[in-house]
Amino acid sequence: MSTPALPPSLARNPRLGRWLRFRRDGIVEVRSGKVELGQGLLTALAQIVADELEVPPSSIRMEPASTAHSPDEGITSGSLSIQHSGLALRQACREARAIYLAAAARALDVDASTLRVRDGQIHAGDRSTSYAALADDFLLDRDATGEEAPTVPPASGRVGSPAVRLDLPDKVMGRPRFIQDLLPPNVLHGRVLRPPSPGAKLLSLDEAKARALPGVVTVVRDGSFVAVAAEREEVALAALERLRNGARWHEGATLPDEARITEWLRAQPHETTAVASRAPAGSAPKPARTIKASFTRPFIAHASLAPSCAVASWDGEQMRVSSHTQGIFNLRADLAIALALPPEAIVVEHREGAGCYGHNGADDVALDAALLARAAPGRPVRVSWSREDELAWAPFGPAMAVDLAVDFDATGEVQAWRTDVWSNGHSLRPGRAATPTLLAATHFADAAPPIVAINMPLVAGGGSDRNATPAYDFPAVEVVNHRVLSMPLRASALRSLGAFANVFAIESTVDDIARARGEDPLAWRLRHLADARARAVVEAVAAREPWAGWRPREGFGRGCAFARYKGDGAYCAVAVEVELTHTVRVTRLAIAADVGLAVNPDGVANQLEGGAIQATSWTLKEAVHFDRTRVVSDRWESYPILRFSEVPTVEAIVLQQPHLPSLGAGEAAMGPTAGAIANAIFDAVGVRVRDLPLTAERIAAIS
Amino acid sequence: MTGMIEIEVNGTKHATQADPDTPILHVLRNDFGLTATRYGCGAEQCGACVVLVDGAPAYACTLRVADAVGKRVGTVEGLARDGEPHPLQRAFLEEQAAQCGYCVSGMLMRAAALLAAEPSPDAAAVRAALEPQLCRCGSHNRIVRAVLRAAAAMKTER
Repeated sequence: MSTPALPPSLARNPRLGRWLRFRRDGIVEVRSGKVELGQGLLTALAQIVADELEVPPSSIRMEPASTAHSPDEGITSGSLSIQHSGLALRQACREARAIYLAAAARALDVDASTLRVRDGQIHAGDRSTSYAALADDFLLDRDATGEEAPTVPPASGRVGSPAVRLDLPDKVMGRPRFIQDLLPPNVLHGRVLRPPSPGAKLLSLDEAKARALPGVVTVVRDGSFVAVAAEREEVALAALERLRNGARWHEGATLPDEARITEWLRAQPHETTAVASRAPAGSAPKPARTIKASFTRPFIAHASLAPSCAVASWDGEQMRVSSHTQGIFNLRADLAIALALPPEAIVVEHREGAGCYGHNGADDVALDAALLARAAPGRPVRVSWSREDELAWAPFGPAMAVDLAVDFDATGEVQAWRTDVWSNGHSLRPGRAATPTLLAATHFADAAPPIVAINMPLVAGGGSDRNATPAYDFPAVEVVNHRVLSMPLRASALRSLGAFANVFAIESTVDDIARARGEDPLAWRLRHLADARARAVVEAVAAREPWAGWRPREGFGRGCAFARYKGDGAYCAVAVEVELTHTVRVTRLAIAADVGLAVNPDGVANQLEGGAIQATSWTLKEAVHFDRTRVVSDRWESYPILRFSEVPTVEAIVLQQPHLPSLGAGEAAMGPTAGAIANAIFDAVGVRVRDLPLTAERIAAIS
Repeated sequence: MTGMIEIEVNGTKHATQADPDTPILHVLRNDFGLTATRYGCGAEQCGACVVLVDGAPAYACTLRVADAVGKRVGTVEGLARDGEPHPLQRAFLEEQAAQCGYCVSGMLMRAAALLAAEPSPDAAAVRAALEPQLCRCGSHNRIVRAVLRAAAAMKTER
C-alpha cells in the first residue's frame, strides 16, 4: 500500500508536535509558520483546527510564529497560506486526533471506532475522557505518516461558515497587540538616519552634538548607515535631527526620468525568457489585421499605514528579534549574514503589524534594530521608521511596460496573441542569496554590490510574468518576459505582483476587441472562457448592479474585467461604474470570486472588498514620484491614497464551493479592478488610457 | 528634563517628566502605557493618532504635552465603561470593520466625537467626518456601517 503524499508544508516539517500541543488546562496550542498580516489568516486556520479536532474555538491558541519552535513554511505571500498551512494543519490535526483517540481507547478500554468527540471531550457511551486529560507531549513527538486517519463523525461545520476574527477584539478595545505596542521594560528607542537619496554616500558625520544629548545611549555608524538609540523616544528623535544636520552626503543623479520610465525599461540590460507558447499545428494563416498596444504602470508604494517597526535585544550570545516580517526564517538567514552570526544564535519571533500588502520595510527595520541592539547589549531596542522612510525606502512594486500584439482573422476573431513584459524582478525578499537584501546591509562600508530583484519560477507563481498569459481560448499564444537588470529603486513584491499590470493590459485590450466586433464585452468574455467556474463569476457580477439595470447617461460609464489569479488560483470578476467630472470617480463596484471552499466567507468578502478598494486607489491615484536624484513622494500629501469620499460602494459575492480545494483570496481583486475601471472610462468617454494611474489629466490629454 | 507635567487622561491624572514640547503621542504610549494611540505619520496627515481633547478630535502626533495641561484627554482605552465596550467598539466587532486594524483607534475617536455632536448622522455625514482618516486595507465601507450601527444602538440605549 502506498502512503499518500503529505501536504508540502507538512512534508517539510513532519513532526506533529511542531504544529500542535495539547495542554492539561484544555488549551490547544497551534503553531503555523504563516503569519497574520491583517488578512484574517489565524482565524481561518483556527476554524480548520476546531473542525478537525472537534474542540471549541475558544480553546485554541494560535501561537506567534517563531524560528525557535514553529514549522518553517517560508514566506506568507502569494495567497497560498490556506493552501499550504491550512492543508498541513488539517492533516496534522487528523493524525493527532487519531493518536489521541487511540490513547483514549486504551484509557477507557474500548475500541477506538466506538469513540465520539465533542467539544474536546472524548466519549465512549456514558464514560469519557478528553484531550486535556490525556495531554502528553510524547504522543505527538512523531512524524506525520500521511495515512488516512480513522473516519470520524462529521465535523462541526465551522469551516465554510462566517467566523469573527480572533485578533480584532484586542485591536478594537485598544489592547497592546501590534509590534508597535511592544515596549519591554528598559527598552531603548532607536531611529535611523537614512540617506537623502538612493545613490547617496555619507562623506562625514558629526556625532558629537547627538551624543551630547542627555539620554542618548549609542550612535552606530557603518559606511552610510547611521542610527541612534536613546532612553526616550523624543530624545532619539532630537538626536536624529542633530545627526541629520551633522551629516554631509554625496548625491548623484542615479534615477531614471520618471516621465520616460518605459523607454528606460526597454533600454536597460535585461534577461529574456519564454513564459508560454502554444500554437496550432501547421502553418498559421496570414492575419487579416494586427493591432499593437503598450500599457504601463508606475512604481507603486506599499504605503502601509504603520511605519515599519522592530524590537531586538542582544545578550552577547543570542540576538532576539521581534518582527512583522512575512518570513521569519528568511529574515533570520539574512540577519545571520549581515550580523556575521550563525543562524542558531538568532531567534526571530513574529508580532503583528499593520497590513503590508507585500514586501515592505518589515525585514529592513529588523536589521536596523539588531544593529543598535548589538551596540547596547542587555537592552531591548525598539526602532520605528518614519513616514518618510516608509514611503521612500521600503521596496516598491516595480514599474512595468506590457506590450501586446494581436492578430485577427477576417471576422475579427483573435488568431494569435503575444505579450511582452518589461519589468524589474518582483522579489527582493531576504534569505535567498549570499548577499543580504536588507536595506542597512546595502549601506555598510564593506557592502557587496546590491543584488537585483528576481522573479520566482512560474510554477511558484512567477513575478512580472504573473497573469501575462490570457485566460481566453485563443488559438495561438506567446508570452515573453524581459527582466530588467538595472535597479536604481528597490523593487519587490507588491500584492499581486505582475498580475495588476498584465490583467489591466489584457482586459483593456479584449474590451477593445469585443467593441471592434460590435459585441458586448461581457458576452465576448463568456464566449471565450471555456472554464465553467470562470463563466460563473462573470455571470455573477453581470447579474448585479452596476452592470445589471444599467442606463447609459452623460459622464458615466460601466466596465467589467475577469482574471483567474496566477492562471490556477481564484476566479475573480469585477464590474464598476465610473463618473467623470474634473476627476475620475469609481462610484459603484461589484466583485465576484470563486476561491473554492471559502473557509471563512466573511473573511474572503473582507479581502475582496479591501483588495478592490486598494486597487481602485492604485488605478486612479498612485505613483511613486522621483526626480533624477531623490524620491519625492515621501509624505501622504505627495503620495495620496483613496479617501472615504472617494471609496465606491462595494458588493462582494463569494461563490462558495464546499467540495473544492481552497484557493487564496487576498490578491485576486487587483488586476480585474484595474481592467474594469479602464473599460468603464472608455465606455464613458471613448478614450483608451493605457498608462496607470488613470487620471483626468491623462484622459483629457488623449481626448 | 524639566519638572513634572500633570495631565488628565481618561479621567485619571498622570504625570510625566517629558520635555514640555514632546508630542503627547509619545507620552501616552511610553510613559502612561496607553499604546492604543498610534503613530502613522507625525504630520496630521493620516489620523492614526487621533485622541479627544475636551471632546474634540486632536492629533496626538503634534500636540505638545504641555498644551494638554488642564484639559481632558480621551483615548481608546477610556471608551469602555465598567468593562463594557463602547457601542462603537461593539459595532466595529459586529461589522468586522477592519482588516489589519491599525487605523481603528483613530477611527473610533473621530467617530466618538462625531456621535457626541451629531447623534443621528447619515452615511454621507459619517464619510465626511472620517475624511481626514486614512485606511490602507480598504475597510472604509464596513467602518461607515459600524458607525451608523453604533449611532442606532446609542439611540435605543438612551
